[in-house]
Amino acid sequence: MTTPVLELRSVDKSFGPIDVLHKISLKVRAGEVLCLLGDNGAGKSTLIKTLAGVHKPTRGQILMDGKEVSFDRPRDAQDMGIATVHQFGGTFPLMSIGRSFFVGAEPTKGWGPFKIYDRKKANEIAVKAVQDFGITRVDDGDRLIGGLSGGERQSLAIARAVHFGARVLILDEPTAALGVKQAAHVLRIVKEAQRRGLAVIFITHQVMHAMAVGDHFAVLIRGAVAADFVKGQKSREEITDLMAGGETMADLEAQISSDLATADGHPSPATL
Amino acid sequence: MTNLSIGNLLRRPEAGAFLGMLAVILFFLVFGGVNFLKPAGIASWLNVAANIGIIAIPVGLLMIAGELDISIGSMIPAGSMIVAILSGHYELPMWISILAVLGFGAIIGTINGLLVVRTAVPSLIVTLGTLFAVAGMVLGLSVLITGTTSVAIKAPALYKAIFGQFIGGTYQVLILWWVAVSVVSVFYVHYTKYGNWIFALGGDRESARNAGIPTTRVTITLFILSACSASFVGMCQAILFNSAQVSAGMSYIFNVIISVVVGGVVLTGGFGSVVGIVFGTITFAVVNQGIYFTGFDRNWSSLIIGVMLLAAVLMNNTFRHMALNYAPKKK
Ligand SMILES: Nc1ncnc2c1ncn2[C@@H]1O[C@H](COP(=O)(O)OP(=O)(O)O)[C@@H](O)[C@H]1O
Ligand SMILES: [Mg+2]
Repeated sequence: MTTPVLELRSVDKSFGPIDVLHKISLKVRAGEVLCLLGDNGAGKSTLIKTLAGVHKPTRGQILMDGKEVSFDRPRDAQDMGIATVHQFGGTFPLMSIGRSFFVGAEPTKGWGPFKIYDRKKANEIAVKAVQDFGITRVDDGDRLIGGLSGGERQSLAIARAVHFGARVLILDEPTAALGVKQAAHVLRIVKEAQRRGLAVIFITHQVMHAMAVGDHFAVLIRGAVAADFVKGQKSREEITDLMAGGETMADLEAQISSDLATADGHPSPATL
Repeated sequence: MTNLSIGNLLRRPEAGAFLGMLAVILFFLVFGGVNFLKPAGIASWLNVAANIGIIAIPVGLLMIAGELDISIGSMIPAGSMIVAILSGHYELPMWISILAVLGFGAIIGTINGLLVVRTAVPSLIVTLGTLFAVAGMVLGLSVLITGTTSVAIKAPALYKAIFGQFIGGTYQVLILWWVAVSVVSVFYVHYTKYGNWIFALGGDRESARNAGIPTTRVTITLFILSACSASFVGMCQAILFNSAQVSAGMSYIFNVIISVVVGGVVLTGGFGSVVGIVFGTITFAVVNQGIYFTGFDRNWSSLIIGVMLLAAVLMNNTFRHMALNYAPKKK
């Protein structure tokens, strides 16, 4: 089997006395989508921030291509090919598509003090990169990021990461704020990134979205990996139950109806 | 080409500023007559515009980057006093004074920049501190060294020609400096990668840093530019009027900020343009001076400026909104 692009071995993360992550061990290979599922507060964001170089692990190892790595700042992780796309994708709403695509890596032409930003080239490359991902509605690199839909912004951010040679793509709840159609859009792009051989870590708490693209799933509960399984091993209900922390959906329904029953003093209707 | 379509023009940051400028010029043409567009009339507002404009560009860039610098209010008299004390009182060569003026700007700019970058204190408060600190220092030192708050300076002809003369008896040479600063700024802000960095900084500092932009260096550089521009203008004023006053400059804080905002720079950062700032400066100067060409009492100009500022802020929001939502029509 191939060496995982990225691997976590027994990673702990504490903020002072607060232990947020416990003994997290995970692997993701090239061309594989790892879905990280978990309820709010489970530690998903903390985990990806640790991978992105925002936090340093308190204990444990991060390995890339089998070799241990350590990131002092987000830039280090980026230089190693780990790209993180945050929930709202483009973070420069008032910048043009071309300009924000190349922020910090602007293409220039000319010489010496007269080196100018190559707007035409930047726009062409940016527009082409997004269109290659199937977003044909984006055709003008001068448009502002803030004028794009949430899905288009996510797509642009993913296209950007791929363009700049990312090997690992981390997506923090990219579909959370999106409507059904937009979310489908983003999921298609996740598949496309995977097809291009990227290792994708896809964070979500929507089981449907995870099942649509995931090869490998990990459920995080209170900072620990509660389950780790591959596609086809568990049904949607089982995953949902896992995320709810062992309580099954059936338990939850029973709980709710008994609450209702005691609340208004009537016996719960047996048939609904 | 599509570049000339109305939609493309209207989504530019200077669109509102340009319309505002036209409106104001039209207003004073109607109420003040054509005198105000004749050479002497033009000089009256162009001189005011040049003095404000040289400072408004770097301050506007700071605002695009999400920061503010009000210490310019005391950097102007600082520049005046440095040149007057060194070359007037001590009779040192002018080039030493010029270096000292710009050097002092660089020092205060660096202090402002470092404090803003290293602490979480908003730049308004940091520069409010340096505003008073520099004002106090300039006043204290002037009195200590010269015994007065107003110092005379007689610059050699060459320096007067370059920094402080009336061309044709009416136009300040500072106008040429303003044009030069504007042209260089348009180039660097809109046609090089550095401009992109400034906009990114104002959009989101954290992301800008993660994208590899040297945010600390850019911020400090911008503060140095604004401090130096103010001390430079102060120096030129002293050379022009052959004397320096400790107390000149506080009104510039408001005038510069108004010009920048009227010029379409969004207060929260990330959006604006150099050309817009130039339009905003002209608009401000026209209102400020145009009132003399009308039959109205001078006091009304403040009312117009106030209303104009509010209108500009509202309009900026509208234009920004249009820019955000603008999509080219499908063929
Ligand atoms: N910087 C921090 N300092 C202290 N506690 C933190 C910090 N960041 C996150 N936490 C805590 O870690 C837990 C997990 O948070 P988070 O990773 O954001 O969860 P998720 O993204 O799964 O919703 C939360 O209880 C949160 O309060
Ligand atoms: Mg989260």
